[in-house]
Amino acid sequence: MVGWAIALHGGAGDIPMDLPDERRIPRETALRHCLDLGVSALKSGRHPLDVTELVVRELENHPDFNAGKGSVLTTQGTVEMEASIMDGKTKRCGAVSGLTTVVNPISVARLVMEKTPHIYLGFDGAQAFARAHGVETVESSHFITPENIARLKQAKEFNRVQLDYTAPTPNLPEVSGDSQIGTVGCVAVDSAGNLASATSTGGYVNKMVGRIGDTPVIGAGTYANHLCAVSATGKGEYIIRATVAREVAALMEYKGLSLTEAAAYAVEQSGPRGCCGLVAVSANGEVAMPYNTTGMFRACATEDGYTEVAIWPKN
Amino acid sequence: MGRWAIAVHGGAGIDPNLPVERQEQAKQLLTRCLNLGIAALRSNVSAIDVVELVVRELETDPLFNSGRGSALTENGTVEMEASIMDGTKRRCGAVSGITTVKNPISLARLVMDKSPHSYLAFSGAEEFARKQGVETVDNDYFVTEDNVGMLKLAKEANSILFDYRIPLGCAAGAAVTDSPLQMNGLPISIYAPETVGCVVVDREGRCAAGTSTGGLMNKMMGRIGDSPLIGAGTYASELCGVSCTGEGEAIIRSTLARDVSAVMEYKGVGLQEAVDYVIKHRLDEGFAGLIAVSNKGEVVCGFNCNGMFRGCATEDGFMEVAMWE
Repeated sequence: MVGWAIALHGGAGDIPMDLPDERRIPRETALRHCLDLGVSALKSGRHPLDVTELVVRELENHPDFNAGKGSVLTTQGTVEMEASIMDGKTKRCGAVSGLTTVVNPISVARLVMEKTPHIYLGFDGAQAFARAHGVETVESSHFITPENIARLKQAKEFNRVQLDYTAPTPNLPEVSGDSQIGTVGCVAVDSAGNLASATSTGGYVNKMVGRIGDTPVIGAGTYANHLCAVSATGKGEYIIRATVAREVAALMEYKGLSLTEAAAYAVEQSGPRGCCGLVAVSANGEVAMPYNTTGMFRACATEDGYTEVAIWPKN
Repeated sequence: MGRWAIAVHGGAGIDPNLPVERQEQAKQLLTRCLNLGIAALRSNVSAIDVVELVVRELETDPLFNSGRGSALTENGTVEMEASIMDGTKRRCGAVSGITTVKNPISLARLVMDKSPHSYLAFSGAEEFARKQGVETVDNDYFVTEDNVGMLKLAKEANSILFDYRIPLGCAAGAAVTDSPLQMNGLPISIYAPETVGCVVVDREGRCAAGTSTGGLMNKMMGRIGDSPLIGAGTYASELCGVSCTGEGEAIIRSTLARDVSAVMEYKGVGLQEAVDYVIKHRLDEGFAGLIAVSNKGEVVCGFNCNGMFRGCATEDGFMEVAMWE
């Protein structure tokens, strides 16, 4: 019997090393808080599906991460959220896209997995399903933060799609300036070897309405099987074509790589520098959190007492 | 210079009692599409272009479950999805929730070529289509009388119905007793996904794949299946091109299309062995089929269910259209 392990992320990207304290500390605190929640749940014997869902719900509720409240805005200034969840033992999965009023998209993804014969529901159909199941919804203005309004304005002025960070530059509107990077996720394994992965996001700043990224695509942003559970973050288009989350498991299965090697290789092969990061746990209770971006908001803990909350590479 | 190869499919999982007339129509359509692709390949059209034009033909013909002739949602409307992938640089494009675009595969191609994204859906995809000047029609265009009848039967059976091609007049109830075979929890006589797809390798050794579908009969609004998901229903790499069909859940969970390539890349085996392996070991209790080509000019079909509508051809003159083992 091996120990439990959990890892979570709040997004990988170009997080500047000189991030001011008032931006950095709330996020580190949130990561630590979510880690504690997840660890408690694992210690009480909750199944990794429950653990990853509750951690991601917490991250969705936090306005400083790009998921749920605090999601980045589409080119029309609206919010379109997506999420997916997967159970390693059974490989059952659920995914949603295009949610606009649901407080916790990850929970709808779980409902799709458990209450429908389908895997993936999108847009109006997903919203209708959520309503039919009495899932908590609010006015879409609830999700929109001033930082993201400013970020959208800036992106439009740059007239490009970007991950939601831009360094403040002269003559541009003062963006509240923080490195709120795309996507949140959590992976967990319990001592019985049950594995699960959950990922949630608002997507890209200034994205086209209807744009779907890697997060709800099983095998891209989320994957879990009997060997490992993976949640990826970064530039969706690269993660999709490289099937990053699946890649970690495939490398372990087909090439016999360890979790650490497989995770590192998957990130490295996903695309150019700056395109992705991931968190992963193995059935053996190992953790890996590689990224090829400047930083990745992350945290992990294992049963033997190791914990880590970090943003940049450890020196 | 390599040798070209092409394969097309019209769905995995066929009722053994399917009327001969329908079997003939299917074979004729597959033959026609194969010939279209072959002519293009002989004129050195690139793999990605061949995939698109062949899938367009399959979408336009109302016989299979894509474009016109798509299965209907629970509301009697059509919501189509498709994906396309170019193995050379692993570029890809996908669409879901398409209701007015005549050829979803072409819209998927435009997403790949003309947008900064890989996957667009529902109203956003339709808006993109309008901006691109793509041919659009009313949703009615895609709805066939056969499918309207089918939807009624499905609702009576109160279950998810895959696209079913037996002519109207047979009650859903009779179907339950007709055959002991099952797919997706339903008697095989009322299961026939008939998703369409095409995979091609051209003379330059470039692989490409495309898949298109209307999805499940009586599906929930907004339901997305495996066909538009890169890695599940469609995948192409430098080594191969793959298009899958069958039980959507099984294909998604097993990332079936991606796994063919992954097995070749990481275990160093050839196409036939990779296809055999994933069909045998990746589907667990699920039923599905796939077509695949390799950059070496090989073409392979594999399925673990009762039949798959398929056709394949290679440059050295081999050509086959088949339905059963």
